[in-house]
Amino acid sequence: MADKKSNAEAYWAANIRLIAGCLVVWALVSYGCAILLRPLLASIPIGGTDLGFWFAQQGSILTFIGIIFFYVWKMNRLDKQFGLEE
Amino acid sequence: MSQFAINILFVGASFALYIGIAIWAKVGSTKDFYVAGGGIHPITNGMAIGADWMSAASFISMAGLIAAGGYANSTFLMGWTGGYVLLATLLAPYLRKFGKFTVPEFIGDRFYSKPARMVAVICLIVASVTYVIGQMAGAGVAFSRFLEVDATTGLIIAAVVIFFYSVLGGMKGITYTQVAQYIVLIIAYTIPAIFISLELTDNPIPPLGLFSTHSESGVPLLAKLNEVVTALGFNEYTADVDNKLNMVLFTLSLMIGTAGLPHVIIRFFTVPKVADARWSAGWALVFIALLYLTAPAVASMARLNIATTVYPEMASQVEDVEQATANPILYEDRPNWIRTWEETGLIQYEDKNGDGRIQLYNDSDSFASTAEQRGWEGNELSVNNDILVLANPEIANLPGWVIGLIAAGGLAAALSTAAGLLLAISSAISHDLIKGAINPRITEKGELLAARISMSVAIIVATYLGANPPGFAAQVVALAFGIAAASLFPALMMGIFSKRVNNTGAITGMLTGLIFTLVYIFIYKGWFFIPGTNNLPDTAEHWVLGISPLSIGAVGAIINFAMAFTISRMTAEPPQEIQDLVESVRYPKGAGTATGH
Repeated sequence: MADKKSNAEAYWAANIRLIAGCLVVWALVSYGCAILLRPLLASIPIGGTDLGFWFAQQGSILTFIGIIFFYVWKMNRLDKQFGLEE
Repeated sequence: MSQFAINILFVGASFALYIGIAIWAKVGSTKDFYVAGGGIHPITNGMAIGADWMSAASFISMAGLIAAGGYANSTFLMGWTGGYVLLATLLAPYLRKFGKFTVPEFIGDRFYSKPARMVAVICLIVASVTYVIGQMAGAGVAFSRFLEVDATTGLIIAAVVIFFYSVLGGMKGITYTQVAQYIVLIIAYTIPAIFISLELTDNPIPPLGLFSTHSESGVPLLAKLNEVVTALGFNEYTADVDNKLNMVLFTLSLMIGTAGLPHVIIRFFTVPKVADARWSAGWALVFIALLYLTAPAVASMARLNIATTVYPEMASQVEDVEQATANPILYEDRPNWIRTWEETGLIQYEDKNGDGRIQLYNDSDSFASTAEQRGWEGNELSVNNDILVLANPEIANLPGWVIGLIAAGGLAAALSTAAGLLLAISSAISHDLIKGAINPRITEKGELLAARISMSVAIIVATYLGANPPGFAAQVVALAFGIAAASLFPALMMGIFSKRVNNTGAITGMLTGLIFTLVYIFIYKGWFFIPGTNNLPDTAEHWVLGISPLSIGAVGAIINFAMAFTISRMTAEPPQEIQDLVESVRYPKGAGTATGH
């Protein structure tokens, strides 16, 4: 019983770590590269403008898709690893 | 065949398809009605979420907003997609595991409190009703432009179609019509965009065309656009924003508002497994991104097209911008699409200086001396942002069937979102209000009937409000996203990630977050949006710390979190069975394993 409980706790802790990692990237591309850090990226030209503009209108959305599929793939593995899948 | 006949054919065929699906998908149980029986494939669900999410605002208005605001309005692109990362990681899988039918039901059970459930019902209804008015009004515009019926008649036709598939088919009917509507709307959106991108940049993929070279002038498209708009006294299209705090908070409000909107969340209840709820979020964003990656290309290309229509010399490589913008076209020589849209009043021309030419520029102080020199007496052409997407096929000289497709696509976007919202409203009434509070002993059959009746009433109310939109319809973004961000999202998230937040904490948090947000919006937009009752003018210099009423939802959410945690610490912790419930939603497998019982 105690094992099952600590197993579940370890699963949840791993999930929280994974979510934290995903949300760091999520914030970095949108609030970071596309908004706050845009002046720093101004020197990197792309198609008549700068990298920050690309992140604001394309890059952040593409990264969001990548984050979700990465999270799904990792979680499905965690589910199995901890024996908690349906 | 006349354009009118083509439009009728496309819209009629799409409506016939939706009604056919409705008859095929007729439901017999509340489980079918609320969650489509719970057996939807995640890719199918992803597509349905795409249509559910992409409203008349996404399809018709968003490109226009970006065209007008340039970089500053990238907030809509990031805000309305970034919410899906939050849904996938913070909400959807756990709410699916909880396995009930509505969002207020989770809040009521998790915070073991009927008042909490009722607060959630009120938030849901206010947010969804405001939102649905916009959809019905959008459908009305599409009808009046393309089918030459007046907006009210158009609305009634739309209402009858929605009635068919949503009252008969519930979530099941809505799911499969949304899949069909997604396909219609994405084809309608991308085909004109591809042709315009080819025409301007020789690149058939609009998101790549956006960063390619403008064929006619040989300079990058965005550099060309910057040159043209600054020559006319506007800000650079790609110019950075000074008020970064407001931009961050607005994006955050849209993201957490997106994640907290009930009509999106309930779509995740329709899949068989927790893993499927996660997959659904990923697929949904893929399908949404097809439109959202195209929209910024449509925006900048349409803005450039309009400017170079008026100032043809600006389209090629320009040595002297002064000279190239000195002679706009004669009003007589305007292209056909301007004529067509003038009839709807969405493009207006007034020859202020009586020279028979169209002067399109920014009436700002910085441009005033140039304008005076040239004998210009004010901007003469006003173009409503909402027409950019709808007029795209005509601007690009595409054949008539593409215009028919756009008409069907605009209606698909409006109807699919309206149906999702109406289902969220009716299930809150029949399941949370009637079964949850008024008559808990209602039979399965009785509840299904109640669900159908509340759906019908909701459709009638929405149609009436769509035809007679109250003054605040335009404030839908502030209100719906503010409420979802400040009240529902934090409550749902804390319900899953904290075992310590209790009933008192959650209710206090939701109410303070909600009231704070509403008061801030009302101070600038007028109390209950009644014109003239605002305490402060809605301009940047009067906003607290430069935070606009549209961005305040994120602050409301932070207040909600802070209040809920503080009050919960000061009061008793939730009973053991509630802590067990929280445990059980965290693990895809049965609750027993998780709690060790």
